[in-house]
Parts: sequence; C-alpha cells; structure tokens
Amino acid sequence: MRVALFIPCYVDQFYPQVAIATLKLLQHLGLEVHYPMQQTCCGQPMANGGFEHLTHSCNSNFIKAFDGYDYIVSPSGSCVLHVKDHLHDHQQETKATQIRQRVYELCEFLTDIVQVQSIKASFPKKVALHQGCHGQRGLKLAASTETVVPWFSKPVQLLKMVEGLELVDLDRPDECCGFGGTFCVTEEAVSSAMGLSRIADYAKHDAHVVTGTDMSCLMHQEGLIKRRKLNMQILHISEVLAAGL
Amino acid sequence: MHTKPIPHAEAASAFLENKERVQWHDETLWFVRYKRDKIVNEIPEWEQLRDLASQIKDHTLSQLDQYLGQFEAAAIANGVTVHWAADAADHNRIVHSILAKHKAQKIVKSKSMLTEECHLNEYLETQGIEVVDTDLGERIVQLNKEMPSHIVLPAIHIKKEEVGEIFHQHLGTEKGASDPLYLALAAREHLRQKFLAADIAITGVNFAVAETGAIVVCTNEGNADLGAHLAKVHIACMGIEKLIPRTEHLSVFLRMLARNATGQNITAYSSHFRKPQPGSEMHIVIVDNGRTTQLGREAFRNSLKCIRCGACLNTCPVYRRSGGHSYHNATAGPIGAILAPNLDMRKNADLPFASTLCGSCTDVCPVKIDIHNQLYQWRQVLTQEGHVPAAKAAGMKVMAGVLASPARYSFAGKWARKLLRWFPSLALNKTFNPWAKQRDLPAPPKESFREWYQKNGGSK
Repeated sequence: MRVALFIPCYVDQFYPQVAIATLKLLQHLGLEVHYPMQQTCCGQPMANGGFEHLTHSCNSNFIKAFDGYDYIVSPSGSCVLHVKDHLHDHQQETKATQIRQRVYELCEFLTDIVQVQSIKASFPKKVALHQGCHGQRGLKLAASTETVVPWFSKPVQLLKMVEGLELVDLDRPDECCGFGGTFCVTEEAVSSAMGLSRIADYAKHDAHVVTGTDMSCLMHQEGLIKRRKLNMQILHISEVLAAGL
Repeated sequence: MHTKPIPHAEAASAFLENKERVQWHDETLWFVRYKRDKIVNEIPEWEQLRDLASQIKDHTLSQLDQYLGQFEAAAIANGVTVHWAADAADHNRIVHSILAKHKAQKIVKSKSMLTEECHLNEYLETQGIEVVDTDLGERIVQLNKEMPSHIVLPAIHIKKEEVGEIFHQHLGTEKGASDPLYLALAAREHLRQKFLAADIAITGVNFAVAETGAIVVCTNEGNADLGAHLAKVHIACMGIEKLIPRTEHLSVFLRMLARNATGQNITAYSSHFRKPQPGSEMHIVIVDNGRTTQLGREAFRNSLKCIRCGACLNTCPVYRRSGGHSYHNATAGPIGAILAPNLDMRKNADLPFASTLCGSCTDVCPVKIDIHNQLYQWRQVLTQEGHVPAAKAAGMKVMAGVLASPARYSFAGKWARKLLRWFPSLALNKTFNPWAKQRDLPAPPKESFREWYQKNGGSK
C-alpha cells in the first residue's frame, strides 16, 4: 500500500508539527508514507473565493504530485473535500478521477481503510472537539444534527481510543466556527463573533484543549484565544492521536 | 431600490456592535432550530420525506409549463379569474387594476413574501391606497416602517419592549407595556376592525394544486381566512414555483413545512381555497419575475423547490449574527443569497459571499436544495461577470501563479514566514489586515514541514 501525505499549504508553512504528527501516526501504524515534494496547494482559496477558473495550474500540479498512489491522506477535511468535489483536468481527467476517489481525510482513512481498533496514545485532559463543517457535512465524517440519521462520528471514535482523554459535551456540537476561507477577512466581524461563540461553548464546559480535523478552523479560533490570553490549548486531532507515541 | 445597498459585511458589522442584542438574536433563532430538531426527530422517516418532497418538486419543475396550464384551466373552471404577470411591475399593476375596478380603499393582506419581493405595498401607496398587513409580525414591521427580517418570523429582530413602544405610538397601548398577551390582544382588536372594514383581501399562496386549481395558505393566526372570508374580493398572489401536481402531495409538504419552520406539528391553519363564494370574486395572480430565468440556469434551477420554511435562516450561523436586514433583499439568509443574484446580480453580488459554506442550510432543507453548493456556484458566476472588486481579482491571480509552482510556493512561503518574524507589527496592522482586528497570527515557525522532511526524510 503506497500512501501519499497531502499536507495543506498553510499547515506546511505554519503548523509543521501537525504534519509531523500525522506522518508519525501513520508510520506508527506500519504504513509506508511518502510526502511528494511537488505538492503546493489544492486551490481551494481561489475556488471558494469565486476564482475556480484560475485553479487549472494548481490542479495539474496536484495531479503531477499525487498520481499513482494507492491512497492520498491529509490532516484536513476541508482540503480533501475540495479535491473530491473540484479536482478536474480535461487533459488528464482519468488521473483526476482516480485521485478524487483515492483521497482521504486522516480520521476516515484510519477508521475506514486502516480500520484501527486501538491507538497507544495517552492524553489525560478535558478535550472539546470542534467538528469542521467540510469534514462533517461534506465528507460525512460525522452525523450532522440537522439530519435524522443514527449518530456516528469518526473523529470521536478515534478520540475514545486515547487513554485518559475526557471528551466534553458541547451545547452546539456542530456549529460553524466562522473561519470560511476568505470569509474570515471579508466578513471579519461575523467571523470573529462566530468563533467567540464556539470558544464560549468550550469554556462553559471546562475544556482545556480544543481539537479538530481542520487546522484552518483551529488557526482562526487560536487567534481569538491568544488575543484574549485565554487558558485554552489548540491541537490538531493528529497531535492528540499521536500524543505519547 | 435601484441604488446599491450597504454591503452585507458592512451591515453585519453594524448589527454586531450591540453584542447583547446579537446574542439574544442568535439564541432566539437557535431555540427555533432546537425545537425543529426535536420534532423532526420524532419522525423516523424524515430523510425519506425529504427525498420524496425533493422529487415531487423536481418533477413539477421539469414539467412546469404543463402543470401551470392544468392549474389555470382548473382554476378557471372553478370560477376563479387567473392573471399572468411577467414581472413585479406587471404584478403590481394587475393587483391595482382589480382594486381600482372595485374602487377599493381598504385592503388587508396576509403574509406573502412575493408581494414583498414585488414591493406591492410601496407601489399601492404611490397610488394612494393603504394596505394593512394582518400577520402580527408583519404588522409590527409595517408600523415600524421596516422590511421583514425573516420569511417566517418577520419581526424576529424586534424585542417585546420595542413592540410595546411601536404599539404605544400607533395603537395607543399603555406606555411601557410589554406583556406579550396584552400587546397581542391590542393587535387583535386593531386588526379585527381592519378585517371587518376591508373591501379586498390579498393573500399569498403556499401551495397551488394543479389537478384541482385550489390554493393552500398556511398561517398560525388565521388571518388569511379572516381576510378572504370577510372581504368581497380575494386576490391570491403566487410565484410560478408554488405548484404541486396533486392534492395528495400536500400530505408530504404539510407534514414538513411547520415542523421544519417553527417546530410545530402543523400550522394552526392550513386553508384550502378553491372557488369564490356566491357573489364574491377570487383572483389568482401567477408571477414569473425572474423565475423562468432561474429555471433556465441549470446550476440554480432547484432553488425554485423552496417552500419558504425559513429553516436555513434559523440554522445559519451568519444570519443569526448579522440579522435579516443585512441581506438587503425581501428574502434573507442562505436561500435569499441564492435567489437574489438572479433578480439583480450587481446589486446582490455580495450575498453569495456572506457564507462560510458550512452546509448546515443544505442539511436542514426539507426539499434538499443544495444551497451551499449554489452559493459556491454563484461566486463563480459573479466573478466571471465582473462583479467582484478588481483588487481581489488581481490578488487571486498572483496567488494562483505562486501556488502553481512548487519552487515559487516554497520561496514565497519561506519569505512570508521570515517577514512575519522580522516585522510582526506589519502583519498585525488592523487597517491592512482585518484578520488582526480580533485575532493573533500563528507564530511563524523557522522551518516548514517540507524543509523538515527534506532533512529528516521519511525516517521512522
């Protein structure tokens, strides 16, 4: 099984520790993982901003980077959803289709493909899970509260394997944090207000650590937390799952 | 109406200045969503109902011309006069001509988002005719000279104390009174006089049944019935998308509408109007106003399935924190943001961007409109049509160029991190960087992951 690691551009540049944790976690599970140096960005910032027509070179580059792998795994529900929904290249559509079918968010890859039954990690803290919307509603990593379906959550399934970890209940378990890509600057006021509501929910339930499947949502909330000097730590779910490995 | 409105971000920012009010607005609407969740979870087959409702609407839209013809023929056979309006102006002229024919001066109107869309009240005012909105929420905003801020809960942005003040000024209630029962009774007394005196009643339409020519109007206050039964003339205004093929299909939609809208099992009144009473007249005005254009836009066609339950507004975290008026359109919220650009792209170019694309609207929609996908698609259309700022377009081109090449990307990333470390105050300038207004930036690491990986290889 050849697994390629797809690291979102902003994680590569600003959160290398998240990528390292993802790599270590996958290697710990005995997988052979490669990081193709050709990769840059999936093109989502342009596409969601209304400039999908400018993503062609990004798409070609993405295909060049990830062609031929059995699985492409990424610590981001949002970037994976973008690739699944929008990676096209009329000159090499077969390859694009193959990649769209082989790209997985980290949690779903662990629960559905690797089918991990246990993780050796230990993390004895009170943790709140921020369920990123694109992962949850787009990739269906978890049941959304709007729909009438039996409850499931792949991230929770994994967090429950971590020794000592106490997951807190939230008033609004799947409310958007307000990051939204360029939305976080073009609608700064609404974006910040949404983020602060989420943080108030974590604080109300006495969470010491906030984790999630998308570092972009967490980066936005971390920015709000740090500005207010709140005693709350932000960690990507890969860092929690790799804790103590 | 023809000038460019205040952009959503700006209006939202102003709305957010009153933190206490925003929190109240958010929690009030969240409570409606909570009640909705509770009641839909009592129906195990809810998701099947959504599929069915979506299929019925898709089917109807696929043969809309035929169903409209069938509906018209059945309505005429019932003794109803049917009018066709190509646009808002046409609709307003038709309604006015009926009023003029009857020399009507006293008009009552139950809730109709279509007449809001067409700005009927303003038009009739210029003709010297006053229309009294009889839905309690609509009457409140009308007296306050405002637009509804929500399609189901028009006065949801107004607190009861403020309603007390509005009623004190206009209906003569006691100053400072804010007891909901007292205020409701005062409104009831006031509206009863209007109902009894009305020459003509205007209503909206929730569903129009093609096979029978009947229309169904759903209210919680019975105001559509009071109006239509007391006045000599009933004018019902509907968009072409209100059709359903058969009466039995109401068993799907009436089960869903109130549950998804307000968390009730069913609206207090689901009134079927089929033919005029002896000696009375019934008119149905069928309005296009851009709907056939939307029907022709493949990516946006299924927005016409909307049954106006308002659930996408209640669930939308952006709507709850920016208020209905920030959408500067008769229909606010996510559904408004995909309908409005069809009416006027230039004026409403900001609305599809007033979303994080979280997808909650799509998951809550009873007829499975892919609202967040359509927001995404509208962004592409608006950009292609040149309705986005030039600076944004230029920035995106640079970004696309950098991200297309691993070398340029690595170079840019390295220097961006260095600059951030050297001149943190630049990036934290709140004027140039809106991010920094309320948020810190991530601490730029010395090494990117790819730099780390090159050194450490894939070593285990």
